[in-house]
Amino acid sequence: MTEPIIKIRDLHTSYGKRHILKGINLDIYPYETLVILGRSGCGKSTLLRHIIGLNSPDKGEIFIKGVDITKASERQRDVILRRMGMLFQSGALFNSMTVGENVALPLMEHTPQNKSIIKIMMRMKLNLVGLSGFEDFMPSQLSGGMKKRAALARALSMDPDILFCDEPSAGLDPIVAVGIDHLILKLKTALRMTIVVVTHEMASVFTIADRICLLHDGEIKFLGTQDNIKESTDPFVVQFLERRPDEEKLDAQNYLDELVAD
Amino acid sequence: MSNLKTTFGRSGRNLAFFFVHVARIAHLTGQSLVWTFIAPFRGKKLRWGSTFVQMVRIGVESVPIVSVISFCVGLIIAMQAAYQLEQFGATIYVADLVSVTLCRELGPLITAIIVTGRSGSAIAAEIGTMKVSEEIDALETMALNPIGFLVVPRLLAMMVVVPCLTVLSDFVGIAGGFVLAITNLKLAFVAYFNQTADALAAKDFITGLIKSFFFAIIIAQVGAYQGFNVRGGAEGVGKSTTTSVVVSIFLVIFADLLFTMLFFSTL
Ligand SMILES: Nc1ncnc2c1ncn2[C@@H]1O[C@H](COP(=O)(O)OP(=O)(O)OP(=O)(O)O)[C@@H](O)[C@H]1O
Ligand SMILES: [Mg+2]
Repeated sequence: MTEPIIKIRDLHTSYGKRHILKGINLDIYPYETLVILGRSGCGKSTLLRHIIGLNSPDKGEIFIKGVDITKASERQRDVILRRMGMLFQSGALFNSMTVGENVALPLMEHTPQNKSIIKIMMRMKLNLVGLSGFEDFMPSQLSGGMKKRAALARALSMDPDILFCDEPSAGLDPIVAVGIDHLILKLKTALRMTIVVVTHEMASVFTIADRICLLHDGEIKFLGTQDNIKESTDPFVVQFLERRPDEEKLDAQNYLDELVAD
Repeated sequence: MSNLKTTFGRSGRNLAFFFVHVARIAHLTGQSLVWTFIAPFRGKKLRWGSTFVQMVRIGVESVPIVSVISFCVGLIIAMQAAYQLEQFGATIYVADLVSVTLCRELGPLITAIIVTGRSGSAIAAEIGTMKVSEEIDALETMALNPIGFLVVPRLLAMMVVVPCLTVLSDFVGIAGGFVLAITNLKLAFVAYFNQTADALAAKDFITGLIKSFFFAIIIAQVGAYQGFNVRGGAEGVGKSTTTSVVVSIFLVIFADLLFTMLFFSTL
């Protein structure tokens, strides 16, 4: 088996007193698409923020191409970061720049290319996400889904080795959402990218995922292929796949106590 | 007793927090200066484009307000001075008072306070908004250092523009004194002009400019620090913006005191 491109070892993190990630161990291999699932608020975005080095963990190590990003020097981090793309859950477009400038920014800063070539590359990326012709728009003039796609174009602008997408298809209509799934497949096969996707769209999961990782209570509840997850008998995995709600709390007294507690 | 304790406890804690903040601002300033003056020699680009944009925003756009306020202050000092000097029939010395106070003290101070209100707060608000909308995080994941990218252009622009505005403020303020002298005090133009020229020494002017250069650094860094420290959403941005103005004016005045003590005892 090939060496993993990302190795996470015993990752713990907390916000204040709330322990969010409780010992994550995860290997991500080159050229695979890993989908991270989990309930809202379980720490998926937090996990991605740790992998790209934005947050530092309470404990644990994260190796990217062999370098521990939690302890890397600024220069080492820069080298790693230039080969990664991140689509934030909120998009995080620069609101003071046009869509085109947003996508062109990493190229302008990190490549010696001249402006006309960068412009062509920028238009190619926008075309890829179906936003050709919007380069002179400001982010505030775009719809939520368009912002997401513009942000995806920006994440792709440096042709990264590893792409992180935090809910790429949330807020998109089904046709565009399928388009994004196909784009991800294309990036994987044509450009041989390693892709980590956080999503809640089960249809999308079964289109793009090589492996699926299910987070629950700060731990990895399930890790395996699509076939594995369909065969799984773990109650939480089954509940998640069958989209069953939590059991109703039947104890009225407990419920009352909870409401009046201070 | 316990009241007393909590009161002193609280103010002690606030004072301690204040020094922690000042230390952190100093740290950020150190980093920003490295990014401004040393990093360019290590192959990092200085962003002249956005520096120029900031110069226009901080400098050119505050020319009208700095002029109007300085003119008024010049008039005010001239009137107050004349009120005292008339008793001795020495109204010609209004020229000395107006020009020296403006160049040494009020020109740099007025400019710094106007720029704090207009641009220091804007720096805090801009960077703070970028912080809450994850734009700062996005910059970092693109391997772009937020200090090099956001703070340096603003700091450079401030360091150039604030001394320029101070010169403007000095001259317009003196012109204010002129107007009062000629119209109300019936002094001769040439006499007043000569008196002003005699009164002013180069050091009056230069100490003022040295001060204003440091005020520029304080305003830019306090704004940036408050911006990076925004917590929460829009409310946090508002809070940080207000704090940036208060802290910045306080530090400017405190620095002014230190410089004046230094210049007073040595020059
Ligand atoms: N900056 C923060 N400060 C304090 N708590 C935070 C912060 N960011 C996230 N959290 C908490 O950490 C937990 C995990 O948040 P995270 O954003 O990683 O969830 P998520 O799995 O991405 O959820 P979603 O699917 O809704 O995006 C949440 O319970 C949240 O309350
Ligand atoms: Mg999330």
